[in-house]
Amino acid sequence: MSIKINILTKSLWAYHAATSPCNNCDIEILDVFTPRHDVERFGIVLAGSVRHADVLVVTGVPNFKTKERLKKLYAQAARPCFVVAVGGCACGRIMFRDSYNSPCAVDEVIPVDVYIPGCPPKPEAIIAGIVKLIDKIKGKK
Amino acid sequence: MSHKVVIPIGPYHPLQEEPEFFRLYVEGEKVVDIDIVIGYMHRGIEELSEHKHYDQVAFLVERICGICSTSHPFAYVNAVEDLGKIQVPERALYIRTIIAELERIHSHLLWLGLAGHFIGYNTVWMWAWRYREPVLDLFETISGNRNHYAMMKVGGVRRDIRDEDIPIIRKTLDELTSATEMFKGAVMDDPVIQWRLKGVGILTRQQALEWSAVGPTARASGINIDVRRDDPYGAYDRVKWNVIIQKEGDIFAKTVVRILELFESISIIRQCLDAMPKGPIDADVQEIPPGEGIGRVEAPRGECFHYVRSDGTNRPVRHKIRAPSYMNVATNKVAAPGGTISDAALTLAAVDPCYCCTERTAVIERPSEKKIMNGWDLIEKSRQKTKHFLITRGK
Ligand code: SF4
Repeated sequence: MSIKINILTKSLWAYHAATSPCNNCDIEILDVFTPRHDVERFGIVLAGSVRHADVLVVTGVPNFKTKERLKKLYAQAARPCFVVAVGGCACGRIMFRDSYNSPCAVDEVIPVDVYIPGCPPKPEAIIAGIVKLIDKIKGKK
Repeated sequence: MSHKVVIPIGPYHPLQEEPEFFRLYVEGEKVVDIDIVIGYMHRGIEELSEHKHYDQVAFLVERICGICSTSHPFAYVNAVEDLGKIQVPERALYIRTIIAELERIHSHLLWLGLAGHFIGYNTVWMWAWRYREPVLDLFETISGNRNHYAMMKVGGVRRDIRDEDIPIIRKTLDELTSATEMFKGAVMDDPVIQWRLKGVGILTRQQALEWSAVGPTARASGINIDVRRDDPYGAYDRVKWNVIIQKEGDIFAKTVVRILELFESISIIRQCLDAMPKGPIDADVQEIPPGEGIGRVEAPRGECFHYVRSDGTNRPVRHKIRAPSYMNVATNKVAAPGGTISDAALTLAAVDPCYCCTERTAVIERPSEKKIMNGWDLIEKSRQKTKHFLITRGK
C-alpha cells in the first residue's frame, strides 16, 4: 500500500451526490456529521466539490437526468475515488425498480466500492460502512 | 449601463441537499430575475402507485419525501377513507396526530439548522440537529425506525403507542420545551441573525395570495391558513392550539413562525396523550368501492393534497399528488428578485423547499427530426443523384 493511500484513510473527504433519492438518506448522511455521531472526529469531512473529494457518496435511484450527471461527477473526481452507495435505492432501487424514469442502478453507471443498505440506513450503519471502506482501502478483508 | 449576468447554481452544488438548477440573472450585485429548472428528482411515483394495491401505496408515498414522510401517507389514507367512507377508530386518530406533530417538530428543527448553516452559523445547525435526535429516538421507540415510520394504514395505524412509552414521550417533550425556549431566545434576540434575516426576501401578503403560497410561507406573510383548523382531520378538532401568523413576510418572520409552531406542536402532543382513549387501532377494511376521494394534510411545509380514484379493484386507477413545495418554490420568483446575490441563496432556502415532493411530472423532449450531415452523407447523396439520372435519362 502506498504512503499516499495510507494517508488518505486518516482523513476521508466525502462528496455527497443525490441522484433522485427521497432525501432521507441525505438527511441521515448529514446527521452523521452532527454532534451525536460527529464523524469529523475521525477526519471525515464533507467536501464542497467532487474535485476535492476522496469518496463519492451516492444516494437514490439514478433517473434519465441524473444518470448523465453522475457519470460526469465520477469522471471529474480526482483518483483514487471510492464510491459508497447509501440506502436501498442506491443499492438495489427497491420499489422504484419498475418506474419509467429509472433506467439503471447506481452500480451500472459507476463502480461501487461499498454498499450500505437500509431505508434509510441508521447513522451507525453508515459509520460501519465507512469503516468497511477504510478496511478495504487498507487491503484488509 | 446595466449588464445582465447569469449565475448558474446547481444541479450539484454545495449549497443544496438535492439536485436542482437555478439561474440567477443579476445586474451588479442585484438579482433581477430567477429561473428554476427541476426534474432531477422525478421517480414516477404517481404511475408506480397505480400498479400497487392500496396497502402497498402507503409505503410508496411515504418514500416521496424523507422529511415529511408521514404527511404523504396521512393524506393518502385520508383520501382512501374519504373514498370508501371508512370509520377510523378514535385511538388511531390520536396516534396519527401525535406522529404528524412529532414530525413537524423534527422537520422545523431540521430547517432551522440548515438555515443557520446557510448564514454561516454552524453552531445553530449543530444545536438544532442535536435537539432533533431525541425526536428521532421517539420515533424509533414508537415505530421501530428513525424515519419512514410506516405508521399509516388505510383504516387506522399499524402500531400502537404502548403505555410504557408514554412517560418517555412526555420526558422528551419536557426537554424539548426548554430547548425550544433556549432556541427562541438565541435565534430571535441575536443581532446578527436579525441583520441577516430581517427585510430579506420579502413576500408580501398580496404576492403570497397571487402565488398561492401555503403553510408557514403563507402564514409568515399574514395569511391565516392552516388545513388542520380549516378542514380538520385526525384529532385536530379535539385539541386546542393556535395558528401562528406573522405579518412581515421576510425570512425572519418565516423563522419565527416555525419556532413558535414548535411550541404549538408540543402542546398538541401533550393534549393528545392526555385525551387518547383506549381501544382498537384499526378498522376492518374489506373492499374499496368505486369512486373518488381527496385527502388534505397540513404537512410541515403546507398543504399536502392527495386525490385517489378507484374502479372497485384493489388498486387506485388514478393517484394525484400535490406537495406544498410545488406552490412555495414558485414564490421565489417574486421573493428573490430585488435582493443581493448573497441573500438569494437564503431566500431560496427560506420556503423550506423539498424538490423530491414537488416533482410529480416529467416532460420528455423528443429529439427533433434535424439531422447533421457529414461528408459521407453528402457523397452518398451525390451518388444517389447520379444513379437517379442514370436510371431516368440514361435510357
Ligand atoms: S433508500 Fe429509502 S430512505 Fe434512502 S433514498 Fe431510497 S427511499 Fe429514501
